[in-house]
Amino acid sequence: MTERIQKVTMPKWGLSMKTGKVIEWFVAEGDTIAKGDDLADIETEKIAGTLESPQEGLLRRIVADTGVELPVGATLALVAPAEVSDEEIESVVAEARAQLESGELGGEDEPAVRTAEVDGRSISYVTLGADSGDDGGEPVVLVHGFGGDKNSWLFVQQPLSESHTVHALDLPGHGQSGKDVGDGSLDTLAGTVLGFLDAVGAARAHLVGHSLGGAVVAAAAARAPDRVASLTLLAPAGYGKEADVEYLRGFAAASSRRELKPLLGRLFADESQVTRQLVDDLLKYKRLDGVAEALAALVETLLDGDRQAIDTPALLAGVSVPVTVVWGSADRILPVPDGVTLHRVDAGHMLHMEAAGEVLRQLSL
Amino acid sequence: MARSISYREAINEALAQEMERDSRVVVFGEDNVGGTGAPGDIDAWGGVLGVTKGLYGKFPGRVMDTPISESAFIGAAIGAATGGLRPVAELMFIDFMGVCFDQIFNQAAKFRYMFGGNAVTPVVIRTMWGAGLRAAAQHSQSLLSVFTHIPGLKVAAPSNPYDAKGLLIASIRDDDPVIFAEHKMLYDTTGEVPEESYSIPFGEANVARDGGDVTIVAIGRMVNTALEAAAELAGSGVEAEVIDPRTTSPLDLDTILESVENTGRLVVVDESNPRCSLASDISASVAQEAFGALLAPIQLVTGPHTPVPFADSLEDLFIPDVPKIVGAVKTAVDWSK
Amino acid sequence: MTGTLRNPVSQELGPDQLLEAYRMMRTIRDFEERVHEEFAGGDIPGFVHLYAGEEASAAGVCLHLDDRDAIASTHRGHGHCIAKGVDVLGMMAEIYGKSTGSCKGKGGSMHIADLSKGMLGANGIVGGGPPLICGRALASKQLGTGGVAVAFFGDGASNQGTTLESLNLATVWNLPAIFVAENNGYAEATSSTWSVATDDIADRAAAFGMPGVIVDGFDFFAVHEAAGEAVARAREGGGPTLIEVKFTRYFGHFEGDQQLYRGDEVAQARDKLDCLKRFRARVTESGQLTTDQLDTIDAEVAALIDRSVAEAKAAPKPAAAELLTDVYVSY
Repeated sequence: MTERIQKVTMPKWGLSMKTGKVIEWFVAEGDTIAKGDDLADIETEKIAGTLESPQEGLLRRIVADTGVELPVGATLALVAPAEVSDEEIESVVAEARAQLESGELGGEDEPAVRTAEVDGRSISYVTLGADSGDDGGEPVVLVHGFGGDKNSWLFVQQPLSESHTVHALDLPGHGQSGKDVGDGSLDTLAGTVLGFLDAVGAARAHLVGHSLGGAVVAAAAARAPDRVASLTLLAPAGYGKEADVEYLRGFAAASSRRELKPLLGRLFADESQVTRQLVDDLLKYKRLDGVAEALAALVETLLDGDRQAIDTPALLAGVSVPVTVVWGSADRILPVPDGVTLHRVDAGHMLHMEAAGEVLRQLSL
Repeated sequence: MARSISYREAINEALAQEMERDSRVVVFGEDNVGGTGAPGDIDAWGGVLGVTKGLYGKFPGRVMDTPISESAFIGAAIGAATGGLRPVAELMFIDFMGVCFDQIFNQAAKFRYMFGGNAVTPVVIRTMWGAGLRAAAQHSQSLLSVFTHIPGLKVAAPSNPYDAKGLLIASIRDDDPVIFAEHKMLYDTTGEVPEESYSIPFGEANVARDGGDVTIVAIGRMVNTALEAAAELAGSGVEAEVIDPRTTSPLDLDTILESVENTGRLVVVDESNPRCSLASDISASVAQEAFGALLAPIQLVTGPHTPVPFADSLEDLFIPDVPKIVGAVKTAVDWSK
Repeated sequence: MTGTLRNPVSQELGPDQLLEAYRMMRTIRDFEERVHEEFAGGDIPGFVHLYAGEEASAAGVCLHLDDRDAIASTHRGHGHCIAKGVDVLGMMAEIYGKSTGSCKGKGGSMHIADLSKGMLGANGIVGGGPPLICGRALASKQLGTGGVAVAFFGDGASNQGTTLESLNLATVWNLPAIFVAENNGYAEATSSTWSVATDDIADRAAAFGMPGVIVDGFDFFAVHEAAGEAVARAREGGGPTLIEVKFTRYFGHFEGDQQLYRGDEVAQARDKLDCLKRFRARVTESGQLTTDQLDTIDAEVAALIDRSVAEAKAAPKPAAAELLTDVYVSY
């Protein structure tokens, strides 16, 4: 009977997450929940997010109290049909408590961060789901945006890796990759993505790009359409001319917390997403040798004066790779363009962080 | 790539990376190599507490021992800086400043001004400060305020390995004379430090903890003590904002003022003697600039007006601790009631 | 290793160099005599310490140096500045505290410097120079410039810890440094025969493992020869030398010093020992230069000094905003 008891566990958001706390439960014991329902707000050292229900059923027991720090994998709640007896529920609860006390949780190793040499640059990346057989040998490659890094896929890479091999890379000038961006052109970056495919031995891949990363993967597809199984563009650069130029130039130039923090709020629909950790991590990134030069070069790729310089639809004209475009309806950095077939989700520019569940559902891989 | 290394290793790495990047960087001081002229191993010490270990092997000819003659070799570092080198000289203990202070405050600090802008003196003087090692009165002082007082000098005092590496790299790249103060009790503390080179700007404080009820400004080792006090205070519902200035000259007063405007209460934690200290300096500036925001008098938590004692029980009384900080916060918080 | 040069030779010096030497010493003498007059008139702020009488030391040494080489000086620094090529007009304006001064009027007599000429500044701290010179010598060595560094210091500074430490360090690190102890018999108002423990400052050379030599400071050629040997030794990697120059200063420790502590040695020196008189006599007697050539230089120098004073007096004081500038490269 206990097989019918499903555990809702502390998710792993991001490579380095070890623990999290439930801040607030949105459901109560006795509620019937559907897949995708918001269950609880969870806060980790680095980020706060909403846990969506991975399954449907009757919520029988809430195991985790709010405000208690728990390791990744710890049981938070139990979902089971009404027929399952209370004694069985209790025994699973007891099991969960014992597991916590034993300290066996949270000890799993972080996936290894690897490096590939592409065109004389070192590209840092993480691969999840390497054992997945059912992706037809076509992995997914996640390409972040301007000033971001592979960690921004923290809500997306893990779930996706259950069905695919998923690589998340750091573009040149970002994350743990080499900071030299050469001329910083779209062509150079697209070349890096294609070179990366060679490095990981992928003949073809599904490319998912956010913001500048969206334009990069589009450029890669335009250059080598036979290497690209599909394109998913999340709030990509190059659709329309409008952009929050002040944000882009300001982000590149900011060298202090005071300069950076106010800008970051613009990235999200919910400004409370701008945690101290986020600001600190970005400041640490911006201080690394070579980053200021890299971002300055990339701003010139993105902008021509106060307009966007890239034309992504033009890049994709005549390229017969299936394209899906997803946009956050509250995007303040790159506003939702007119006349483009796209899916809207309830989020700001960082839609893959604020509405990861919805974004995942839109991926047609 | 961030991995966890010690404050000591972070400083060593900063030196090694800068020496790799710029051939004009030279490192010298008493026993910075250790073993010069002796029959046994060279690089036997790598600095009295091992901070410069291994550099001699990587950069022979650019890492040197000196005789015990601070005026001569600190002065030489300063002179060499005007002549195209970027020296990092070690004043082993800040307490030894007395034997070479002229070269620092009358020469290096004043060249640019006295010579009408026609001098650039990119020298870094690394020095150890602080109490807690039972090293007694002449090896335990916190004389940062003396250097901070002198126009023409810059002073950095990192509280953790990440800041230590970034500030030392910034110091070496800085064209002004810098006193880089390493707290001797922090050498073994560890933290995440990127492998790549990076530089932290001077005059930018770090807000180590956000909080709305009181601002605690702490320096060096006291930053960790303040964070412990803040954790304890949170238990009784008082949220402290902990600010680490990182550099005392230039000082990021703006961040402190912004915080005090928000909290209305300031506690400054500084393990030095109280008269003419960094604590009194910061307190006076805040009192002048943010008087209207203050809900309570500014509280200073410092050592007493005594030399640092030897006996461990007495030294422990000298150094500000968590109960003293918590007490000062409570005084400030209770004031408005 | 100490000794006194007798019968110094000058055959290495051609007419051009002799003219240069004479011009250098004449400029220093006239500059200092003029400052003495002007200071008495009350226009010059602060303190000045005059080098008149000691010209042969600065000239004898600096004639061997070029812009690669650095010198550090003392509070009595005008002579060293001129000998190292610092602009006379800027110097006079600096002494008057004017914006056109070498240091924009912000340093004054005791801090005149020109780092582009390797002149690390006159120095208000007795013994402040030698450690800096060890540093410049270290830099030359590390950077392979072939440059040397010269510390001029007085009999007073010869007792200062910084000087003794520097002598030691220069030998231990084998630095291309030259230490020139200008022993004019007085450290302020106290006689060096009393304050220096040994008879000669040069005796200290052996204590620090370097060659030491004593020269007659009124004799340009003696200084020049000893300095030549020391500079060559330094450039060739042979390490430091200590040269003790013995002479007297004509004016007081500072202007305004009544010099009551002295006997009649100044009058005697001006009459019988004066370095300019001796130089002139020697080069004209040997036929190396003519009186006319030297007189021409006298006239040119006089005109230059007149001009420097006129321009300095006419120049503006620094603007108020200058109070706050030049503290840091960036802050």
